[in-house]
Amino acid sequence: MRRRAGLGAIQKQKLEQEKYREKGSEIQENQFQQMSKQLEVFRENLEEFATKHKNEIKKNAQFRRQFQEMCAAIGVDPLASGKGFWSVLGIGDFYYELGVQIVEVCLATNYKNGGLITLEELRTRLIAARGKAKKHQEITNEDLLAAVKKLRIFGNGFSVVPIGKGKWLVQSVPGELNLDHTLVLQKVSSLGTAWVSSSILTDDLGWTQTRANNALNYMIKEGLAWVDTQDSKEKLLWFPSMFSDCVSA
Amino acid sequence: MDRFEYIEARLFDGENYVKRDKNVKIYDGDDKTQFTDGEVVLTTHRILWGKPGDIPKGLVCLSLHLYYVFFVEEESGGVFGLGGPKRIILNLSPALPGKRPGPAVVSAYHFVKFSFKDGIDPAFYKALKDTIAAKAWERSLATPVQSSSLASTTTSTKPSVASVNSKIRSGIVGIERSIEEQQKATDQSISVAFQDLTKLMEKAKDMVAISKAISTKIREKQGDISEDDTVRFKSYLMSLGIDDPVTRDAFRSDSDYYMGLAQQICDMMVAVLMDCGGIMSLADVWCRVNRARGLELISPEDLLNACKLLQTIDAPMSLRKFPSGACVLQLNNQRDDEVAKNISGLFEDNEFLTPVKLSQIANVSVLLAREHLLITERLGMACRDESMEGLTFYPNLFLRQVT
Repeated sequence: MRRRAGLGAIQKQKLEQEKYREKGSEIQENQFQQMSKQLEVFRENLEEFATKHKNEIKKNAQFRRQFQEMCAAIGVDPLASGKGFWSVLGIGDFYYELGVQIVEVCLATNYKNGGLITLEELRTRLIAARGKAKKHQEITNEDLLAAVKKLRIFGNGFSVVPIGKGKWLVQSVPGELNLDHTLVLQKVSSLGTAWVSSSILTDDLGWTQTRANNALNYMIKEGLAWVDTQDSKEKLLWFPSMFSDCVSA
Repeated sequence: MDRFEYIEARLFDGENYVKRDKNVKIYDGDDKTQFTDGEVVLTTHRILWGKPGDIPKGLVCLSLHLYYVFFVEEESGGVFGLGGPKRIILNLSPALPGKRPGPAVVSAYHFVKFSFKDGIDPAFYKALKDTIAAKAWERSLATPVQSSSLASTTTSTKPSVASVNSKIRSGIVGIERSIEEQQKATDQSISVAFQDLTKLMEKAKDMVAISKAISTKIREKQGDISEDDTVRFKSYLMSLGIDDPVTRDAFRSDSDYYMGLAQQICDMMVAVLMDCGGIMSLADVWCRVNRARGLELISPEDLLNACKLLQTIDAPMSLRKFPSGACVLQLNNQRDDEVAKNISGLFEDNEFLTPVKLSQIANVSVLLAREHLLITERLGMACRDESMEGLTFYPNLFLRQVT
């Protein structure tokens, strides 16, 4: 390159640098789009293979591992069996697969819902994560209930609660591991009031009404909270264990 | 001018970028043309001319095959012999039949001139001469265009394997080209690999690498491969794979099978349990174990049976059933004596403990906290004070006075 001097040269150089930068980001953007496309192709192919060649993949140990790695990288679910003949009798991998996927959805969302999810939401999420193929769309609520039934053997840690009108709630966190009560207590102590209401929980913690009621009812049942119906708007719950804090404050 | 073709600015197989220059005007013989202020790119096979920016984008440009050029010279002097030569003259052989359409059908001249506004870059001129002398098009495999028009004249059949490896690229166009080529190659290898299962098995290793590369790139740019919590969680669970899952077929009896399974579950779950507070519901364990196993699912019954055997193999964890009926897998440091020891340690800082207080200190649920306090009491390390205000526990002072 020839050497240039003067103000014009500097400006030109600046302009050039600007252009290079633009070009650079343009190239990156392009590359990213290409990658996204490849990701899609990969996803479609993996989904298709998982459905069609399950048994062959299962047989070859080394390939099975590799297939799993690919699925993990791209985010494809290798478990994609159709209902098949045997599932009529409740036998076969189909319901186990669903079971795994159900637990997975519950685990992935329980930071948001505290381990309570409606069957409808569960189904929507499960199908979305399973893939786009048509047969996944045909999974019914009955299939899900049948799959959850298989988990009963683990005690009541994973249970379906009917809430009427053909609707269900799936509870995935057993009482012993449910930290919601602790969160309620933390909330109460931070408020410094020794009482709380379900609207405070839904507003401040972003909980659903069901989640809040579930936690509070449990605490009433366990004798941790006392009910106060004197407030005109809603039921208040007092926590005797917090009284001492009130007095000292 | 009739030797030029209109074509999209893409490299043929085996063709490589050599050099470029800008502010170039084309003369058809001695006549000016409409093609001014463009960019030229010299490749091993052709000279491309396009409006600035068109060539890197792969848009349509003018292309002149170098096999037309039999002689190159610099036009002597500027107008008054000042400022050095500004034009390169390319003497061309007659147009071959079967060439693509170009800007002109006939031309009176057998030469064209490239006029460089900023003077001829000696490096460009040299590169042009060298490239023409090298005659790369005769060595490499005929391009689609050449094979139709020059099938009779090109005798070479050697594929351009060597030239692919010895690419020298420079400049933005070069970078863009090589990125583009890489992507094309990746696209192709993906589509080849997914033709059928045997192909995929052969190429599995490459495909794993590609899939990982893609997802890393996308993670960098976008944070994660998917917005969906579930998909992300799934992908995480599956990445903790087990290399060769224990299967029933490999064992002669069920009890051996459960034993093997127990061992594998133990190996896999130790780290997981430590991460999440030492306790996990069995449904959760079942999901994780199966995800790690991939396609070899185990039934809930198998898991339960295997977990019952955990104690017999001296695993650092065990199955536990709460009075409520919930089953959990628990690390042994959560075992009764360990729990009691921890809690009696807490009495150092706290005069007394209630389930609620403990649940907040230890960040466990109230139910579990009460359970833990009762265990401590049972082992004689705490004393209860049951009153109107509920159940509180105090340290066992008898224990202290003895020591």
